[in-house]
Amino acid sequence: MAATSARAATVGAGRPAPLGPWGAFLVRRVAGLAAVAVTLVVGTFLMVQLIPGDPARVVAGGDATPADVERVRHELGLDRPLFTQFADYAGGLLRGDLGSSFQTTEPVARIIGDRLPFTAEIALLSVLAVLLLAVPIGLAVAARGSRRADSSFTFVTGTVGATPEYVIGTLLVLGFAIKLGWLPAAGAETLASLVLPVAALVLPATCVMARIVRREAAQVLAQDYMRTARGRRLSPLRLYARHALPNLLTATLTLGGLILAGLLGGTVVVESVFAWPGIGQRVVEALLVRDYPVVQGCVLVLGLLAALLNLLVDLVLALLDPRVLAGKGAN
Amino acid sequence: MTSPPYKLQVEDLTVGFGHGRRARTVLHGVSTGVRAGQTLGLVGESGSGKSTIAKAIVGIHPVRAGRVLLDGADLTGLGRRELAAVRRRVQLVSQDPYASLNPRMTVGQAVAEAVDPARADARKHAAAVERWLETVALDGSAAGRYPHEFSGGQRQRIAVARALAVGPEVLIADEITSALDASVQAEVLNLLEELRRSLSLTMVFISHDLAVVRHVSDEVAVLRHGELVEQGPAHDVYRAPQHPYTRSLLASAPTFEEPGASHASAEAEDLEEKEEAV
Amino acid sequence: MRRVRWNAPLVTALAGLGLIALLGIVAPLVLQEEATALSGAARAPVSAEHWLGTDALGRDVLARTLVATRLTLEMTLAATAIAAGAGILLGTGVWVSGRRVRELGLRLIDVLVSYPALILALVIATVVGTGPTASVLAIGLGGAPAFARLTANMAASVAQRDFVTQARLMGVPPYRVLVRHLLPNIAGPLLVLLSVAFANVLVALSGLSFLGVGVQAPDYDWGALLNSGLASLYTNPAEAVGPAVAITVTGVLAGFVGDGLAAALDPRARDTKTAPAQTPAVSAPSHRAPADALVTVDGLSVVLPDGTRLVDEVSFHVMPGEIVGLVGESGSGKSLTAMSVARLLPEGLSAHAAQLTLDDLDLAAPVVDPARLATGIGIVFQDPSASFNPALRMKGQLTETLRVHQGVRGAEVDRRAVEALEQVRIKEPARVVRQYPHELSGGMRQRAMIAAALLPGPKLIVADEPTTALDVTVQAEVLDVLTDINRRRGTSVLLISHDIGVVGTVCHRVLVMYAGRVVEAVSAADLRAGRVKHPYTQALLAASPRLQDTGAAERAPLATIPGRPPQPAARPAGCAFAARCPVALDTVCATERPRLIDDVACHAVRQEVPTA
Repeated sequence: MAATSARAATVGAGRPAPLGPWGAFLVRRVAGLAAVAVTLVVGTFLMVQLIPGDPARVVAGGDATPADVERVRHELGLDRPLFTQFADYAGGLLRGDLGSSFQTTEPVARIIGDRLPFTAEIALLSVLAVLLLAVPIGLAVAARGSRRADSSFTFVTGTVGATPEYVIGTLLVLGFAIKLGWLPAAGAETLASLVLPVAALVLPATCVMARIVRREAAQVLAQDYMRTARGRRLSPLRLYARHALPNLLTATLTLGGLILAGLLGGTVVVESVFAWPGIGQRVVEALLVRDYPVVQGCVLVLGLLAALLNLLVDLVLALLDPRVLAGKGAN
Repeated sequence: MTSPPYKLQVEDLTVGFGHGRRARTVLHGVSTGVRAGQTLGLVGESGSGKSTIAKAIVGIHPVRAGRVLLDGADLTGLGRRELAAVRRRVQLVSQDPYASLNPRMTVGQAVAEAVDPARADARKHAAAVERWLETVALDGSAAGRYPHEFSGGQRQRIAVARALAVGPEVLIADEITSALDASVQAEVLNLLEELRRSLSLTMVFISHDLAVVRHVSDEVAVLRHGELVEQGPAHDVYRAPQHPYTRSLLASAPTFEEPGASHASAEAEDLEEKEEAV
Repeated sequence: MRRVRWNAPLVTALAGLGLIALLGIVAPLVLQEEATALSGAARAPVSAEHWLGTDALGRDVLARTLVATRLTLEMTLAATAIAAGAGILLGTGVWVSGRRVRELGLRLIDVLVSYPALILALVIATVVGTGPTASVLAIGLGGAPAFARLTANMAASVAQRDFVTQARLMGVPPYRVLVRHLLPNIAGPLLVLLSVAFANVLVALSGLSFLGVGVQAPDYDWGALLNSGLASLYTNPAEAVGPAVAITVTGVLAGFVGDGLAAALDPRARDTKTAPAQTPAVSAPSHRAPADALVTVDGLSVVLPDGTRLVDEVSFHVMPGEIVGLVGESGSGKSLTAMSVARLLPEGLSAHAAQLTLDDLDLAAPVVDPARLATGIGIVFQDPSASFNPALRMKGQLTETLRVHQGVRGAEVDRRAVEALEQVRIKEPARVVRQYPHELSGGMRQRAMIAAALLPGPKLIVADEPTTALDVTVQAEVLDVLTDINRRRGTSVLLISHDIGVVGTVCHRVLVMYAGRVVEAVSAADLRAGRVKHPYTQALLAASPRLQDTGAAERAPLATIPGRPPQPAARPAGCAFAARCPVALDTVCATERPRLIDDVACHAVRQEVPTA
């Protein structure tokens, strides 16, 4: 008892923050982002080092003479000490140089520059759609509190939520593109091309998220402050939107942030199903032909995107819940 | 009348939590003790550090500085093995009767574990289990049932039985009646007093309830913000409190006095404000 | 594990998974030949011979899908085992190691978890290559961080519980603590986690094969089949449907096993039998309240859906300017009585009464004007730290009723908020209104709660255990504010407390409740002087140690009450206290319910005789 309250008091009292709560918060989060970035850079560097076999041989091609292989090795800098290689890699990253593709010799930075907008487009659209759908659905089911609504909700979200994006994608193509012919099956030519990939990403994620929202909403609605608000005899809209929603979002985003980041993993698969010219499709292509610099670059960028998404979630959390700024948990 | 020797003592006990910039000290060099066969009452409000003392004594909280003496022997700085042997001599019963019993063990297993920590065989120790359950006025048949089948007061008695089954010399009761109704609290308090006499236990009784502490204690120690404010025989502390904080504490207790007229709340308010200013 | 409640979804899903596992064993033995035989008709559509058509080489798709069950399940099981094994080791390992290692480890796990598992698997696949073994390693290791994180969280939460600490104090060896206390209590959630992980691993493994970086020809699993099905989507769509259905059904079943297990292990998910609601017969008005009473409650019952009365025909009144206390032990129905007056009963409970009014406002009507309710009754709840919305500033919460129901706008809102805080003696009110609840101390929050209740100018304040969560010095100050407001503004107060000292200090009149009924009404002066009549009230006073006890009383045993109060469903026909009562009469007490006459509901006090 005494211990926990004492600890809470420490945090509550807070250290004098010369930057104000927001400044301190941002410094903390950006430092966290930097740590993740460093981890990613080291990780992607080590990834290539750990690959069994000889990258130089892969680049030189199957029929290369040993001399050719040695020449390629030297050109790629693979014959230098590990630390020098890492310094080069990291230095290149700082200059925006991610190396070039083994296969096409195109700079990786340009490949990513071409493809990133496509991935960002469907990822951001999906994140928005998931939040806009899952939160009202989950809240509505929790607020209704009827047993029948609850069990059909559990069944539907359990089924759709457990269906992989690529299965949903395949079925969507079959239904809406091939049988009905309403929407394009692949490519990114028109705005309509967006519909099916985003739907394939959004459907399962919405179901998983809606379950989290429902569970958290049930807890929020049972809180004492909701009883206080009911005591003020507010309209249901005001009760749920003004009093439940902010707390619900903080609880949901804390858990659901991972699901949103997981959407990035989904894009890799969905881009392949719909031949969507994003990073995900490119990384799979590169992986199949062992084009390591491209894999390395794409993985790095996807990882940074995930970290940025997490940062965004944290920022929204801080906006919604003043206690996050003070460094206290949302719960 | 000569006072019996101190059974358990803490000297300049300092306990803190956290590291680096989050570090915070919650006990600032507290010295107190309880004499053999007596009961020491620890009173204070939330954040006073009264529970922290208990947890530091039994080794749940690490001691930053100071000593914990049992029969004059220092417990701090003991090795893991020596500590394990000493631990059984001091037992703690904690506030929440719902959290202190493993929901997946029968009451019999729980008590048997106290008798024999390695085996915890309820059948082998059936006789001992039954004897201890009867000591706290529970039927022997309770042994086969799970904690969730009991009421709060019964669970608290089971917790007491389990602590006693260890065969401790000192029993520390940390807010053990604060979750209980008045009539159930009376049962538990009477039971403790009876057991203390029949088993010649030494007891430390921690509570925020001044009347309850007075009822069970020989000596009383008043804590505030991790510091000892006042200590003395219960009779004296309650009759003639020396420290202004003790006085305001006593004045604040609802004792059927006409409200408003007392200056208790004004004094309390002053104290709280000083606090907020810190 | 002893208290698993089997439920239909769990059994069905387990049976379904069992069937699929059986298929995985049998199909390769029976259909191996058919699955590899070339029929000559490439990408043939659905026919009687080939129920799902044939693939690009003319092989039967159904046979291939069924045969692929074995490899798919084997890989999924292996990868799940790796994820769980590595994850649990990592999670518990991090937990048992020293502080620095633990903090660093948890940080690293957090970074890994926030990285999408499929991309992590792709990275690992880059290193270890393609093929079944590589895929299993990639997905297994890729799933380990999530497992580690959840295991660490669960172990941490169980390890902090009191009973684990107690076991350590009793000298239970660490290994036994783990086996006897930790594992049994995380086994359930871990099992749920495993089934969910199985579904996720299946999806991810099939995803790798689907992308072409997993299982390579001539081996095939469902993902690889789906991959080749995608190519012939225009010619034979059934080729994709077969494996798609297989993956989905298996994944969904595993997910349902997880749901079912979670429900089966949830101790709160007791089936509650709902019998048809019986509306209790409301007796004719019997309580003669003064005509100018502010609150009149007559024959109030609070009823569960199955008809059980939690509050049983309670009658009382509150005069204007009066502080009335409701005192009783847990389960006595005092809070439900107060919440019926406030029309804030928890869901599922209903209140019935011959009369339930606040002035001319009928509180028992099916619909009551929300504005009149909100402005007529102010409510102060028990726990000030939980009763304010943590996400909203104080001002908005203090003045919400003013703005919503009384149309107060603009600067007037600020002025009223500041003024209300001043009235409850909060210093620097102009600063406090801009703060969030967590920036205030407990005592300040409860005073602010009183300010919020006061702002719309209510006639009645219902205070439900307003000081139970507070320290004594803070309690004194909150009670002082409450009496002060009553004296200055004439606001009536209905004060609920378990503490007979609190109600005796603050109230004008006190109602003692026992087992859902009022057993005695007593003036505060009589209560303070110990002039109480009902045996239960007397016992309650005697059971509480008092500060002013002197001499022999100081350490004398306290009076106790043998037995326990009856459960609401088992409340006897006669006096509810009769079974525990030292003065009960054999003649009437067990059979006839005592009425509240001359402020006490007891046959024995009046030496009544049976009416029959």
